[in-house]
Amino acid sequence: MRTALSKILPGTKGIIVSHHSQGAIRQRLLDLGLIPEMEVEFIRYAPMGDPIEIRVGLSNVVIRKTEADTVTVDVKN
Amino acid sequence: MMQRKKILLAGQQNAGKSTIFNMLTGARQHVANYPGVTVDKKTGYFSNHNGAYQLVDLPGTYSLTSFSLEERVARKALREENADVVVNVMDAANISRSLHLTLQLLELELPVAIVLNMMDVAKKEGIEIDTLKLAETLNVPAVECIGRLGKGIEEISQAIDLVKPSHYTISYPMLEDAISLLVNQLEMLPIENMPALRWLALRLLENDQETLEWAKSSLTAQMMIEIGELIAEQQNEVKQEISQDINDYIVAQRQFAVTQLLAQCVAFSQQDPSKRTFTDKLDHVVLNKFAAPFFLIATVFVIYQSSIVYGYELTNYWWPYLAALREVIASLLPDAGFLYDPYVRSLGLWIVDSANTLLNYIPIFLILFALIAILEDSGYMARIAFISDKVLHKFGLHGQSTLPMILAGVFAGGCAVPGVMATKGIPDNRARLATILTIPYMNCLAKIPLYTLLLSIFFVEDKSLMTFYISTISIISALLVAKLLTKTVLRKTETAPFVMELPRYNVPTIRSVITRSLERTWLYIRKVGTIVIAVSTVIFALLQFPGVPQEQQQVFQKSAEQAVNKFDKAISKTSYAGAFDESSLPDLVNFYTDYKRAKLNAKGAAASKKVGATFKARNSEFYTVIVPPKGNKDAKTVSRALRKLTSERKKIRREMKETRLEASLLGSFGRSLEPITQYAGFDWKINVALFSSFAARESSVATLGVLFQQDEDSNQKLEQRMSDSSELAGHGEIAAVALILFFILYPPCLATVMIIKVQTGEYKWMLLSIFLPTFIGFTVATMVYSLGTHFNLAGIELMSLAYFSALTLLLLLGYKDWIKRKMLPDEIPIKNIR
Repeated sequence: MRTALSKILPGTKGIIVSHHSQGAIRQRLLDLGLIPEMEVEFIRYAPMGDPIEIRVGLSNVVIRKTEADTVTVDVKN
Repeated sequence: MMQRKKILLAGQQNAGKSTIFNMLTGARQHVANYPGVTVDKKTGYFSNHNGAYQLVDLPGTYSLTSFSLEERVARKALREENADVVVNVMDAANISRSLHLTLQLLELELPVAIVLNMMDVAKKEGIEIDTLKLAETLNVPAVECIGRLGKGIEEISQAIDLVKPSHYTISYPMLEDAISLLVNQLEMLPIENMPALRWLALRLLENDQETLEWAKSSLTAQMMIEIGELIAEQQNEVKQEISQDINDYIVAQRQFAVTQLLAQCVAFSQQDPSKRTFTDKLDHVVLNKFAAPFFLIATVFVIYQSSIVYGYELTNYWWPYLAALREVIASLLPDAGFLYDPYVRSLGLWIVDSANTLLNYIPIFLILFALIAILEDSGYMARIAFISDKVLHKFGLHGQSTLPMILAGVFAGGCAVPGVMATKGIPDNRARLATILTIPYMNCLAKIPLYTLLLSIFFVEDKSLMTFYISTISIISALLVAKLLTKTVLRKTETAPFVMELPRYNVPTIRSVITRSLERTWLYIRKVGTIVIAVSTVIFALLQFPGVPQEQQQVFQKSAEQAVNKFDKAISKTSYAGAFDESSLPDLVNFYTDYKRAKLNAKGAAASKKVGATFKARNSEFYTVIVPPKGNKDAKTVSRALRKLTSERKKIRREMKETRLEASLLGSFGRSLEPITQYAGFDWKINVALFSSFAARESSVATLGVLFQQDEDSNQKLEQRMSDSSELAGHGEIAAVALILFFILYPPCLATVMIIKVQTGEYKWMLLSIFLPTFIGFTVATMVYSLGTHFNLAGIELMSLAYFSALTLLLLLGYKDWIKRKMLPDEIPIKNIR
């Protein structure tokens, strides 16, 4: 099932499909390892609901929901 | 002359680049700016048996695109600095990601050496790197290292001399045709110092902004058009073959190359999926929805207790040294006259006193900065940013504004100078400016003396409540003003996404914590040494000149003569009659005041005795008079008369001081503002104190002391004199509230203002940081004072009112969206329209 990264639940894993962002945002996401075909795991929401913490590769990355909206992932069932 | 080889240090953030830089260069480094931008350029020097080297630390970057300021600066430096060697520091535990930068560096065809840092962490994560194979495949020297333990530094030094251009390339099958065509064309261009052509071709194909700008500035219009056409043509051809953006294709190919390298050179041992690392486990507790606020508050509390409370205790041991220093300087300066002191003396003491009040905070800052360094190094600081981003972002700030705000004293107290400097790390320009402009609202430690003073006069019973209000209203106002700025002045500034890595938890090294604490404290001392002293001098002049008016001078002179006559008369019947003349009497008086002050500063019986012995040795005749031995009636009489004379002199001097102040430039300025400031409850004395505190917050109390005629050994403390004074008596409490609120919102001290100019690079922000708070502060003070007097409220009621209005406004703005949604009528479904 394909959905935005911001919409998957804590504990789920997914494969990155595509980016819908441009310019600086896109580059930053790529830089931190959110490259298509990489696996990501949604770890948790921040205590107040935003930003979110995800695990990609061997590092934990924090992004705001608005940025996570721009990343499409394929969720394993 | 030995030629120094130039080395550029490149690497991602959190890879340990700075540690390695420091390990190599030690103290031989300095910081400047890259030309035209507010990005630090750290340069250092070291040598080994092979030669001498200059090491330049590039900004930490994940990539070499042109999207962020740091990347553009790094790229420019790599292209233009003509480095002999580029040392790429890589986080071995994140080797996959680190290789992206490495490959981009190699594509620039620069001579590279790679350093695999944090090898111990990599091993723990089950990552086995075949460093030799990696070096071979990439065709570069490779060194393993554990920077923070100092391991491998020697080897880095050696590897530098083995560097040569590598012939490793990434292939882009779909672009190779386009690349060769472009390269041919580029070869013929008459530009000096061209970067690697293949790299250039790739950047042009992906429409890299910075490269296009560079091309435009290096080529004639004609050449630009020709190249432009070729680029566009090739882009179209390529787009027909591949479905992706050219940029994405390049990234994907790079990723492919990285994957291949990893397959050949790195083994990832199977990690037990159920075994979680220490970091994961700790985060599970610390970032838990319900536990997180608890940990956060506990952390803030610990910082507060240790640095402010405990630190204050320490200042009791530290202050005597500062007081002793003052005495040494006082004795070196020309002696005090009877009524008038030489300017050198009064200026000298004024400067020492101003500096001492600030220097007194050093123990507090050492502890505070050490604790903050622990927060940063351990990795918890990033978690704090994670937790607080939502709230901060709502008001135009950024999760990474947290560190600057903590440094400036959001709950615990701090200093705005290191706070503003720490805003460097905020990637979002708009949030960074908003943070810089609201940092001055934090609880600057130097504001505390004034709060303490006012609280002890007017709010003795409600002290703790008022203290709570004062400490927390700073964050409320900061958020409100940040929101205001974001909606108005900063609306057009660029923003950036909040994408941050949560580093692993680390045990901070003592060495790093102490170094950082000393660094930041030294910055604070430097501020004292330079700006405060300079401005103190100016304020001194403004408070001195034009001096006591002529007619007054004569009056005071006459009083002085009368006092002296009284003294002479009192001792005329003793054996000391006529012993003291015009020159020796002032000496005696000075001797007496010095003695009294020394006794006051001496702690404990032993020290007190020592004072006696010292003064006896200095001048035994004088000593006999001020501490008359038993039975010596004459000496006793003189002693009594001397005491009277000294207190008369003090009284006259005080009156002179007040007259001088009133007639002074600053005094006149304060008076001239009175018609306006009276609406906020500020009389001319308050105005003068506020203006002088612009130099350094602490001066406010000192100036108030002078204005309300305080001196060291008067029986009445400043608090008493202020509350007795007629000016404040009328609407004392209300005026105090207005004053407190104004002081919270007051513009930053001069040192901070200068740092703001340095950090933002523009005068307009510096000026805004002065005028906006003044305007807001004064408006609030006036409103509060008027409301208070109109409704005849008690001080504490007024403060509570102000506090809760601000809080309500804050909550309204914060939940604005939620409220809007609730207020809209329920949606009416639209029926299908045929």
